[in-house]
Amino acid sequence: MHPAYSVIFFTTLTGAGYGLAALLGFGLADPTMLSAKLGYFLALGLITVGLLSSTLHLGNPKNAIRAFSQWRSSWLSREGVLAIVTFVPVTILAYTNIFMDMHIGWLGWVSAVLSMMTVYSTSMIYASIRTVNLWNTWLTSASYLLFSNAGGAVILTALLALFEGGSGDMPKIAIVALVVAWIAKWFWNKRQSEGYGGSTMATATGLGHLGKVRLLERPHAMENYLTREMGFRVARKHAAKLWNIAVLMGLLVPAVMLAIAFGLQGSTTAILLSVIAVITHMIGMLVERWLFFATAKHAVSLYYGDTALDVK
Amino acid sequence: MTTLPQSTDKKLGLVIDLDTCVGCHACVIACKEWNTGGYGSALSDQQPYGAEPEGSFLNRIHTFEIVPEGGEVIDQSADSRVVHFPKSCLHCEDAPCVTVCPTGASYKRAEDGIVLVDEDKCMGCGLCAWSCAYGAREMDISAGIMKKCTLCVDRIYNETIPEVDRIPSCVRTCPAGARHFGDLGDPQSDVSILVAERGGFDLMPEQGNKPTNKYLPPRERKPLSDAVNTGFEAANSDNVGDATGFFGWIDKTLSKGSNNSKVGEE
Ligand code: SF4
Ligand code: SF4
Ligand code: SF4
Repeated sequence: MHPAYSVIFFTTLTGAGYGLAALLGFGLADPTMLSAKLGYFLALGLITVGLLSSTLHLGNPKNAIRAFSQWRSSWLSREGVLAIVTFVPVTILAYTNIFMDMHIGWLGWVSAVLSMMTVYSTSMIYASIRTVNLWNTWLTSASYLLFSNAGGAVILTALLALFEGGSGDMPKIAIVALVVAWIAKWFWNKRQSEGYGGSTMATATGLGHLGKVRLLERPHAMENYLTREMGFRVARKHAAKLWNIAVLMGLLVPAVMLAIAFGLQGSTTAILLSVIAVITHMIGMLVERWLFFATAKHAVSLYYGDTALDVK
Repeated sequence: MTTLPQSTDKKLGLVIDLDTCVGCHACVIACKEWNTGGYGSALSDQQPYGAEPEGSFLNRIHTFEIVPEGGEVIDQSADSRVVHFPKSCLHCEDAPCVTVCPTGASYKRAEDGIVLVDEDKCMGCGLCAWSCAYGAREMDISAGIMKKCTLCVDRIYNETIPEVDRIPSCVRTCPAGARHFGDLGDPQSDVSILVAERGGFDLMPEQGNKPTNKYLPPRERKPLSDAVNTGFEAANSDNVGDATGFFGWIDKTLSKGSNNSKVGEE
């Protein structure tokens, strides 16, 4: 699948933003602290920029407002509706935290639950697509949700280190969140070997009973929307390298940084390491999200001879 | 409204005969010709006369080769064959392209089962094309709007054109009679009978889309090695002793003034 930058930024930025909003909703930062106030500011910023980015890949954005109408059947529509609804508690809490030094406990829970429901809907846009077997699993939702929380935790740790002189137990929570998220992702990634699930060139053409089906001629000599959008696939050796980079930047570096920062609580080094952890984690997540698309095979490739689309 | 109708009164669709299709692409062009000026926005082309021409089409012909067990190249094994494979929207009963659509642009008609895009509502997100296993939807690059086969909804009910033309453009055009149009929900219809008789099948049934369009498999064929006594073989071998009909007559005529030469020997 074609890795569109607008969608990569959309899912990573909103993921981290909602994760942060959820943690703040749980009351993990005292409302009198500067980091809680900035946290809300940052969460709203990440969510807004992410959502705006998602509209960049639309062919006809003037009809985007209609995307809120089909929540009965469409996960993309549900995602849109939930994103708007979630703005309400997050914005109210941002107001009370920033201007009134006050957190509203029950509203925090509402905000956290809605944030996670929004991330879940985003994940279901992909997980519900049967044609892309790699995505069509609950592990897609699990990794989106867990990455969202991990991202929020890493950011909150850095905020606490920067403005409160120490982040308490947050680095530990962040490290655990990172590890758990990457375990889910690792299981997800193992499903690469399943290919198209049950579909093959034989079932796509219904000609398997006659022998081995191969593509003799494509319907068109040049590219088209289908080959560009669904036919994109990163070469396997590049995918393996990028996966290592994603694990290194998304998990190992931030986890080690946070562990050291935990040991050196309060020092300038701890602040610096916590900030580096955020930056590397976000880079790792962008690579992870790029691979989420670039390694996914779409069933329509079977009509193009499967391997014909492999090399890009 | 992108929830699917419980059931449709009719199930209009196509039956495509993989035995008779000769891969001429006439249906592709007829489809483009009709639909670029009909329903919705035009089917645009990019660089039509440039180095990398491309465009939106609602119907495309793939060509496959099928090599039986043991064969490596076409013809090495007796029954290997080439199959031309037309592909357009299958107007699925359980159409995922409809339910994923966030704007309500994609819908399935309760009266005849045709799956359409209301272009005034489409925002060009492409999700419906992702959900289609058959590659039946293409985003028009110029318009930024999703295009797909309409089953020529603006022909089949169109009383301003002669009755003989009130079938999809591709069906009307096909010179080989490889395309059939009708109500697949009615077991007595010509298309349903054809499907029953020829063993028509669904594409990728495991995807769970319940396609309406059906494909007829290529017919059983005699292996080429059984075909020794055809005229083709006779004309190319010495063994014309028992050639009959036209080739027998040629053989006799040509053999008249010459005792030591036969057709095929130079
Ligand atoms: S063939 Fe594709 S576009 Fe047509 S109804 Fe089925 S899923 Fe939808
Ligand atoms: S591209 Fe248009 S028709 Fe397809 S899902 Fe998006 S809004 Fe619906
Ligand atoms: S016009 Fe008929 S024979 Fe020609 S490609 Fe189309 S279906 Fe096949």
